[in-house]
Amino acid sequence: MDLNYTPEEQAFRAEVRAFVTGHLPADISAKVKHGKRLAKDDFVRWQKILHQKGWGATMWPTKFGGTGWSAVQQHIFEEECAEAGAPLQLPFGLKMVAPVIMAFGNQAQKDHFLPRIVDGSDWWCQGYSEPGSGSDLASLKTKAENKGDHYIVNGQKTWNTLGQYADWIFCLVRTSSEGRQQEGISFLLIDMKTPGITVRPIIMNDGEHEINEVWFEDVRVPAQNLVGEENKGWTYAKFLLGHERTGIAGVGRSKAALKHLKEIARKETSAGRPMIEDARFRDRIAQVELELMALEITNMRVLSAEKEKKAPGPEASILKIKGSEIQQAIAELQMQALGHYALPWLPEALDAAWTGVPVGADYVTPLSGHYFNYRKTTIYGGSNEIQKNIIAQMILGL
Amino acid sequence: MDFNYTDEQNALRDTLSRYIAKDYPFEARRALAKSAEGFSRDHWKQFADLGLLALPFPEEFGGLSGNAVDTMLVMEAFGRGLVLEPYLATVVVAGHLIRDAGSAAQKEAILSAIAGGERMLALAHYEREARYKVSLVNTAAKQDGAGWKLSGGKGVVLGGNAADTLLVTANTGKGLSLFLVDAKSAGVAVRSYMTQDGGRAAEIALDNVAVGKDALVGPEGSALPLVERALDYGIAALCAEAVGIMAALDEATLEYLKTRKQFGQPIGRFQALQHRMVDMVIATEQARSMAMMAAVKADSPDAAERRRAISAAKTYIGQQARFVGQQAVQLHGGMGVVDELNVSHYFKRLTMIELTFGNTDHHLGLFSDTLLAA
Ligand SMILES: Cc1cc2nc3c(=O)[nH]c(=O)nc-3n(C[C@H](O)[C@H](O)[C@H](O)COP(=O)(O)OP(=O)(O)OC[C@H]3O[C@@H](n4cnc5c(N)ncnc54)[C@H](O)[C@@H]3O)c2cc1C
Repeated sequence: MDLNYTPEEQAFRAEVRAFVTGHLPADISAKVKHGKRLAKDDFVRWQKILHQKGWGATMWPTKFGGTGWSAVQQHIFEEECAEAGAPLQLPFGLKMVAPVIMAFGNQAQKDHFLPRIVDGSDWWCQGYSEPGSGSDLASLKTKAENKGDHYIVNGQKTWNTLGQYADWIFCLVRTSSEGRQQEGISFLLIDMKTPGITVRPIIMNDGEHEINEVWFEDVRVPAQNLVGEENKGWTYAKFLLGHERTGIAGVGRSKAALKHLKEIARKETSAGRPMIEDARFRDRIAQVELELMALEITNMRVLSAEKEKKAPGPEASILKIKGSEIQQAIAELQMQALGHYALPWLPEALDAAWTGVPVGADYVTPLSGHYFNYRKTTIYGGSNEIQKNIIAQMILGL
Repeated sequence: MDFNYTDEQNALRDTLSRYIAKDYPFEARRALAKSAEGFSRDHWKQFADLGLLALPFPEEFGGLSGNAVDTMLVMEAFGRGLVLEPYLATVVVAGHLIRDAGSAAQKEAILSAIAGGERMLALAHYEREARYKVSLVNTAAKQDGAGWKLSGGKGVVLGGNAADTLLVTANTGKGLSLFLVDAKSAGVAVRSYMTQDGGRAAEIALDNVAVGKDALVGPEGSALPLVERALDYGIAALCAEAVGIMAALDEATLEYLKTRKQFGQPIGRFQALQHRMVDMVIATEQARSMAMMAAVKADSPDAAERRRAISAAKTYIGQQARFVGQQAVQLHGGMGVVDELNVSHYFKRLTMIELTFGNTDHHLGLFSDTLLAA
C-alpha cells in the first residue's frame, strides 16, 4: 500500500497546474473565487479552452475524444481546477448523458452528440424529476406517444438545473403503462428549441435563478432521438445515476472551499483576535478537515475499485452522503465565521460588474446565500435518505 | 412553580394568533419584505392599537407593565408570522433600555411615543471589530461645551433603517456611556440594506455628531450593564421568536410527511423520516422550555443569574433551531429550498436569529466560562 502520489503523478499535477493557471481567464477565476454570479458564457469559454488542449472530457475514454485518464489523474485534475478557481464543468452533458450515449446510443447519436458535448457546443440539462416523482423517479408521468417516426411528448419536468441555458434536455418519459412502472420508461433526447417547450424559472432560497420547470405540450421528437430501446430507459437511468454520484463527492472543490474558510477565519476577528485563534471555532474547522481527509482516501478507494467495472456501484452512495455533508459543513462555517456580518443581503453585489462598497469584508456577500443554497446537496442527485436506503439494501442486504 | 399563563396572557396569545393568521399572510409578508421600507406602518399602527408597543412599559408612561413572559408570547407569534416590523429593536431592546436607564423626562418623552407608535428606535451598539463582544466599543464621545460630540461606526444595526432615534454607545473618559441621537442629525450616515431573512439593518457612521447634555441616558460611564440587560431582553425575545418558528416548521413538516406521496405512500410512513420528525418535535419542546426560562430570568434582578440563563438559552436554542431548520428543509426535498414556500423563509430567519446578539459558539463560551467560577 502506498498513499503517496508517484513521481509520474506529481509530474502530471505540475503539468495540469501549469496549464490551468496559464489558461484559465482571470475574469472567470475572479468570479469563481469571489462567489460572483457566473454567466453561461463563463462555463462555455472554459470548456472550449479545455477542449482545445484535448482535456475537454477527462472522464471519457480516448476513443470518444476523452483523455482516458485514471481515477487518480481525474482527481488531480479536479483538485487543480478547483484550486485555480475554474468553473465547475457541468455534469449534465459530460458525466450524465454522454456515458449513456456511449453505452447505449447508436452510432449516429455518438457521432453527432459526443463531439458537441466535449467542444462546448451543446448545453445539456437533465429532465428526470417531476412534481410528483422525485425520490420515486420510476413513477414519472411525462408521456411520449410513439407515432412511428416521432414521439409526441406531454407533461412536466421540474428542478432542471440551469435549464434556462440548455440546448438539449435528456428526459425520462413514459412510453408504456403496462407491467412494472420501471418497464415503461424510455430515454429521449429533446432539442430545447422544439415548439411546445416552456421553461419557467424557480427562484431558490438564495434569491437566485438556478433551477426551472420545463413544460412539454405536444412536443414532437424524432424517433431517432430515442436512446437504446423503447421501455429500457430505467436501466440506462440507473446506470447514469451511478455516474452522477461519483462526481458529487466533490473532494477537490471541498478542499478549495476549506482553504477559503481558513483564509476567512484568519481575516475575521473577534475583539482583535483572528477567528482561527478561537479554539472553539478552530476545532470545528479541524473536524471538517478530518472528514475530508477520510473522504479523499475513500473516494480514491471507491474509484480505483470501480476501474474494472462498467459503472460505479452502490459504494458511490457513501461518496454522495459524505461529500454533500462536508460541502454543507464548510459552507456553514464560512457563514459562521462572519458573525453578524452574515446578515446583510446585497444581491447586486453578486454581479461581477458591481462597483459598490461591500458591507463588511469583500468576501462576505455570497456566503450566507451559499449556505442556504447548499442545503440542496443532500437533496438532489438522490437524497441522502435514499442513498442510505441503497446502502442498506444493496450493500448490507437489509 | 407554575407553568400556566394568566387569563390576560391567554387572551393576548389568542389575539396574536388570530392577528397573524388573518392579517399577516405569507404572500403579503413576502411583498412587504420587498417594499421600499421593508415593513408596514399600518401594521405598526395596529400593534399600537393592540397595546403591543406599550407592553413592557410602566403604566405611568402609558404602558401595560407587562413582563418578559408577555414579550415572549408576542415574539413567539411574530416568529410564526415572520413579522418584519422593528418590534425587537424598538420595543424590546431600546424600549427596555429607556425603561430601565432613562431619566423621568426621557421616559416621559420616549416611552409614550413608542407606545403610541409615533417613534422608532434602534440600539446602535455592536461594532465590526468587536464581533459579539459587548464590552468592546471604539466609538468615542468627547465633551463639547455642555454637550458631546460622537464619532465612530456601528455595524449591522437592527432596525437602524427605520429608527427615528438611535441609542448610541460610546466611550467617554469615564467609560461606556449611552446617548440619544436623532437619526437625522448632521454627521449621521445611515446605510440601510436588506438582511438575509427579509428584514432590514444598517451600517451607521457617526462623524462628530453633536448632541446636548440631555442626550446622555443613565450616568456617564455606566452603560455596559444597562446595555447587557437590554440585549438580554432582546435575546430572550429572539429565543421566543425561534420557538415560534420551530413550531411552525414542525407543523409544516408533519403536514408534508402526511400528504406528500412517494413510492405509493405518504413519505411519513418511512421510519427514517418518522424518527427525524420525532427528533424535531423533541428539539422544539426542549427549546420551548429554555425560552420560558430565558423569559423568566430576563426580569431577574440578579445580573449574574440572568446572564447565565440567557446565554444557556441562546446556545441551546441556537443548536435546536439549526437542527429543526435544516431538517424541515431536508424533509421537504426540493420544495424546501425554493423561495416560493415559507419553509425556506423560516429557515433563513432561524439562521439569522442564531447569528444575532451572539451566535451559539459565543454564548456557549460565556456559559462555559461560568463553570469556572463555581
Ligand atoms: C437545486 C436542485 C437541483 C436539481 N436539479 C435537477 C436536475 O437538473 N434534473 C432533475 O431531474 N432533477 C433535479 N433535482 C431534483 C432532485 O433530484 C429531487 O429533488 C430529489 O430526487 C428529491 O425529490 P423531491 O424533491 O421530490 O423530494 P421527495 O422525493 O418528495 O422527498 C422528500 C423527503 O422524503 C425523503 N424520502 C423520500 N423517499 C424516502 C424513502 N423511501 N425513505 C426515506 N426517506 C425518503 C427524501 O429524502 C426527502 O427528505 C434537483 C433538485 C434540487 C433541489
